[in-house]
Amino acid sequence: MCTSHLVSRRQMLHSTSLGFGMLALSGLSAEQQAESGGHLSSRQPHFKARAKRVIFMCMRGAPAQVDTFDYKPRDRKVITTDATPMAKGKYGGKGPAGSVVPFSQHGKSGLWIADSMPHLAEHADELCLINSMYTDLPNHPQSYLMLHTGDFRFARPSIGAWTLYGLGTENQDLPGFISINAETRVGGAQNYGCAFLPAVYQGTPIGYVGADISKAGISNVTNSHLPARVQRQQLDLVQAMNRRLLKEQRVDTDLEGAIASLELGQRMQESVGDVLDVSKESAETLERYNVGKTVSTGRCRDDDFGRQCLWARRLAEAGVRYIEVCHSNWDQHGNHVAEINANCRAIDKPIAALIQDLKDRDMLKDTLIVWGGEFGRTPLAEGKKGSGHNNRGFTFWMAGGGSRGGTAHGSTDESGAVAVTDKVHTHDLHATMLHLLGLDHEKLTYRYAGRDFRLTDVYGSVVKGLIA
Amino acid sequence: MATTFQKISLLAGFSIVLGLSPNLSAQTPEQLEFFESRIRPVLVQHCYKCHSAEARKADKLKGGLVLDDRVGMRRGGESGPVFVPGDDKNSLLLSALRHEDLEMPPKGKLSDPVIKDFSRWIKMGAPDPRDGKEVIATTIDLEKGRQFWSFQPVKKPAVPRSKDPAWSRSGIDQFIARQLRQEGLKPVDLATPESLVRRLYFDLVGLPPSPEELVNWAVKLKGAKRDVALGELVDSLLDSPGYGERWGRHWLDVARYAESNGNSRNALFPHAWRYRDYVIDAFNADTPYNDFLVEQVAGDLLPHDGVEQHNKHLVATGFLALASKPVIKGKSGGFIPDIAADQIGVTSRAILGLTVACARCHDHKFDPIPTTDYYGLAGIFASSQTLYGGGGNNMGGAPATGLHVLVEDDPAAMKAYEQWKSQVAQLNGRIKTINDEIKKLRPKRVKGKPAPKLTEEQKMQLAKMNRQRQQLVAQLKKLRANSVDPPGSAMGIRESGKIVEVPVYIRGETPKGEPVSRRLISVVAGESGELFSTGQSGRLELANWLASDDNPLTSRVMVNRLWQHLFGTGLVRTPDNFGVNGERPSHPELLDYLAAEFVEDGWSIKRMIRRLVMTRVYQSSGDFDDRNYENDPDNVYLWRQARRRLEAEPIRDAILAVSGTLELDRPEGSVVSSHGNKLIQDALTPDKIHQPSNHRSIYLPILRNGLPEVLSVFDLADPSLVVGHRTVTTVPSQDLFMMNSPFVVEKSREFAQRLLKASDDEKERVRFAFQLALSRLPTSTEIGEALQFIRESGESLAEEGANEDLELQTWSGFCQALFVSNEFRHVQ
Repeated sequence: MCTSHLVSRRQMLHSTSLGFGMLALSGLSAEQQAESGGHLSSRQPHFKARAKRVIFMCMRGAPAQVDTFDYKPRDRKVITTDATPMAKGKYGGKGPAGSVVPFSQHGKSGLWIADSMPHLAEHADELCLINSMYTDLPNHPQSYLMLHTGDFRFARPSIGAWTLYGLGTENQDLPGFISINAETRVGGAQNYGCAFLPAVYQGTPIGYVGADISKAGISNVTNSHLPARVQRQQLDLVQAMNRRLLKEQRVDTDLEGAIASLELGQRMQESVGDVLDVSKESAETLERYNVGKTVSTGRCRDDDFGRQCLWARRLAEAGVRYIEVCHSNWDQHGNHVAEINANCRAIDKPIAALIQDLKDRDMLKDTLIVWGGEFGRTPLAEGKKGSGHNNRGFTFWMAGGGSRGGTAHGSTDESGAVAVTDKVHTHDLHATMLHLLGLDHEKLTYRYAGRDFRLTDVYGSVVKGLIA
Repeated sequence: MATTFQKISLLAGFSIVLGLSPNLSAQTPEQLEFFESRIRPVLVQHCYKCHSAEARKADKLKGGLVLDDRVGMRRGGESGPVFVPGDDKNSLLLSALRHEDLEMPPKGKLSDPVIKDFSRWIKMGAPDPRDGKEVIATTIDLEKGRQFWSFQPVKKPAVPRSKDPAWSRSGIDQFIARQLRQEGLKPVDLATPESLVRRLYFDLVGLPPSPEELVNWAVKLKGAKRDVALGELVDSLLDSPGYGERWGRHWLDVARYAESNGNSRNALFPHAWRYRDYVIDAFNADTPYNDFLVEQVAGDLLPHDGVEQHNKHLVATGFLALASKPVIKGKSGGFIPDIAADQIGVTSRAILGLTVACARCHDHKFDPIPTTDYYGLAGIFASSQTLYGGGGNNMGGAPATGLHVLVEDDPAAMKAYEQWKSQVAQLNGRIKTINDEIKKLRPKRVKGKPAPKLTEEQKMQLAKMNRQRQQLVAQLKKLRANSVDPPGSAMGIRESGKIVEVPVYIRGETPKGEPVSRRLISVVAGESGELFSTGQSGRLELANWLASDDNPLTSRVMVNRLWQHLFGTGLVRTPDNFGVNGERPSHPELLDYLAAEFVEDGWSIKRMIRRLVMTRVYQSSGDFDDRNYENDPDNVYLWRQARRRLEAEPIRDAILAVSGTLELDRPEGSVVSSHGNKLIQDALTPDKIHQPSNHRSIYLPILRNGLPEVLSVFDLADPSLVVGHRTVTTVPSQDLFMMNSPFVVEKSREFAQRLLKASDDEKERVRFAFQLALSRLPTSTEIGEALQFIRESGESLAEEGANEDLELQTWSGFCQALFVSNEFRHVQ
């Protein structure tokens, strides 16, 4: 299958200094093309896509698989350190292994889900659990970058940037890749950066971990210094100058693009304000998402995750291509049981509400939700009450967007420590996500420093078992 | 796994470089290269699906036409041959590509340049190395590799005879003129004096001319002694400190300069700014480029004539220490190889335009660079010690190293350092005391007797002391994490004192086999092992080779960079890649001519820039021309000067200059230094480090994963990467920045205050504003529009109940409009 748009875009970047030039060849005026976005214009995938957009729910800190979605009953037999030395993980561990919280089966599929997430469990048949994830290292900084960029050594584009590069965006009035509650540690902006891809593809942050998310926004979209009509008068003056210049230049696709871009900016100003304003949502909706409720843990503030999920829905509806939300308190080195239960409570209702809303809008079928953290945790206690880092086995799940609902793919050993069947590496996850978006991870390449780079480097295979 | 396209180009790469294809005597390497780079990829991508052996196998062959071997392509399909070599007028292939009667590819017409390439290819006789079976070379043939154009010695070509002496100002122009003639293009007129003055100011110092300068120089350029005046203008700009601040920044782009580590542990580099200042000074002093390189690669090994020069040389080696380093934790043996990988990468790409780092995991797939070359170079760096300081002295970060210690007198910094040191010593002392006390308190065990029991009181006492001890240890840990370096520290590199030769690493990570002896890049340097018998790391030998007059790459790569900054694109459009995968020069002879002149003229960058801007081709206007545009829309042959978007730094600097608030003096150090060795995270977010500043943009903190917004919004490249050519994007976030950011709003107000102070006459104010911001006078229409805006926006503001100074507000709005305008961000 050919990928003409990718190559021609690369050629375009080389052949013109600005992004709009190449499109002039197709006979449209550059203004029309810039209206549809130039670099960002929505374009055909490599093959038929199952998902049009992604909502990635990043569980920063590494959630314990055996106390969320990978049920390992303790009553069968007690597994101890000696039996499964691997289960000790990086920080050591002792005592019996397995789930410490109660689980039940749900839906027609009978998936096991921790009882701490009753609302999410109602959607069990939409979930495609990946119980056999593994990654390279049990350290947050490297693995967080690995999860987001496919590399932890060098600056590489984020998966969101790759997605935007491959597909463009459906709504020019909003950024195409948004990272809500972005991390400042463990790679910070590199996790939503574009590295060598053109700057157009980098993610736009809304708020930072640790800051009050209800006050977050996108920088410079608010005009607080001039009345709206004066700013319009100002823009009219500017555009008159720009158009006159264009007339003198006769043919200047870049300038045409700039004229269009200025209008886009003006529209973005209005759209961003609208889309982030949840005050018009009904009280019932706000309640379902926990907005206004105190469900806070660790570095997560009140109200935090519910508002993120509601924003994610609104952004998805508005046509944003890649949305990341973040719950940042999953590193349970101490007080494991209490914290994991609190975390599950914090995410349970908002995610359930999001899935339900997408279903109601018939959007779940082409919205890929992906849930997971940079790795998992040891099933044995670290110290008295904690759990350690574990990169050898952990759980992700997908929902919607062509993923196979009501499935548990792969498994860990009987302690829950090590993925043993149908293992899925982070690179495989990336390849599969791109596949569902209609992109071939081996063909989505960009020429930099003399060679073609891709998200999955030289690794990764599409996991067919995750696809409906 | 490589994609099909990659695999094929991989094979292609070998066959060109190594000449493995059969019977190619009639085909020149250039022609085959043209096929490989322009024709084959298109065939693979757009045609093979329906026109190949593969398609035939799958029963999907269309029109009986096979395009994936030479025989099939020449034979044609059901409609007969699709072209005759040499005849680009009557070709079914071309007419199908043009969608004249047949439409190929059916999915959509290829771009005009691509179709033009096919036409050129047929005209040159359809050179085609394919014989149906492709062979992967297992070893690289250096002799063949050396035939590639960029590895050939620079030969200074004769200057073409001038056919239009009135046009050409120099030998350079004569090369350009010849190519223009050949392509049937007619160069446009000279730029107007005003736009030439603006262009020169921005290109050479990165600032707009003041209205006085503009008028003054424009008058001189209109006079009889135009060229003399132009020379004076150019000299005055090259002599101003702004020159180093402009051109030094270009070098910082390829030196991947930054003041923090980036990656997952983003520690600050509080001393990186010294390297930045060194680069600026080197450009201003017009340090010969070859010396500039030697200082950066081996400054610590150079003789010096005193403390000042020695310090300068040490600071220069910061070039090799500025990398973004990965976290070491959890990886065995990964860290040192990653540091060397950066050093090989930055040295080869910035200086040689070669992607040697590709040869870390396997022989280079395109260029004749074997893995052993890579590890030969790695040995040089492994025998050195990279000094990046305590920046990584935080959990999980890169292990702390020393720094170069400069001889310097800075009492304040010395005091801070002494204070920190004494705090550490004091804490250590207290911990020791308490340890001793705990020891005393613990009951003495006597052999053979049961341990004596402690009284409750003693137990409590012991617990209390243990708590105290814990607190002190935690304090010490915190103090260490925020360490203060001695004043006059600099990042860099020095000899480790031990020669380490490195074996080839499988996939770049696992060592295998015998160590590789240190060496240079064989395809260029030949046998070079004997150089490394001095008992030193070999950096000095490497540096001298990089900077030698005979190195075919160094001078070509640098003159190409200089050209690019003055013309928008280089003669080679991939400035960091002169290898097989890079582009070929548009004017190969001119490139060699410039490279030879550069070396002959003692590697003087200033004089080369002067030579380039004094040409007729540089001074062309940006005027449009229908016929030229039709034949050369991308202006490859330079029939006009390209209209160029300014980079981020001159945009911001111009805003400051126009608003009258620019501070031209160099700030002391960097605000990053005041934060010591801290990590950027949590409370210390980048926006806490960035402070309002009226200094030139080159002095803003360049934090990885935290660039100043004003620069990143206008495409400042990721400073973890070597970037010789920044991409230019046009996106709404730029307009939003200009319309709503507090910075631009504030500067617009200051600009307006300047206007209001300058004159009471409204028209006069508009004229002054245009001169300041756009380096020209407004037309009467523009004055009319401006005054109309002042009036109307004033009315609107009054209606909206603006309670501030209405005059200042309306004029601020007008000034901001000039900043937002497209013309402000461009040179014509």
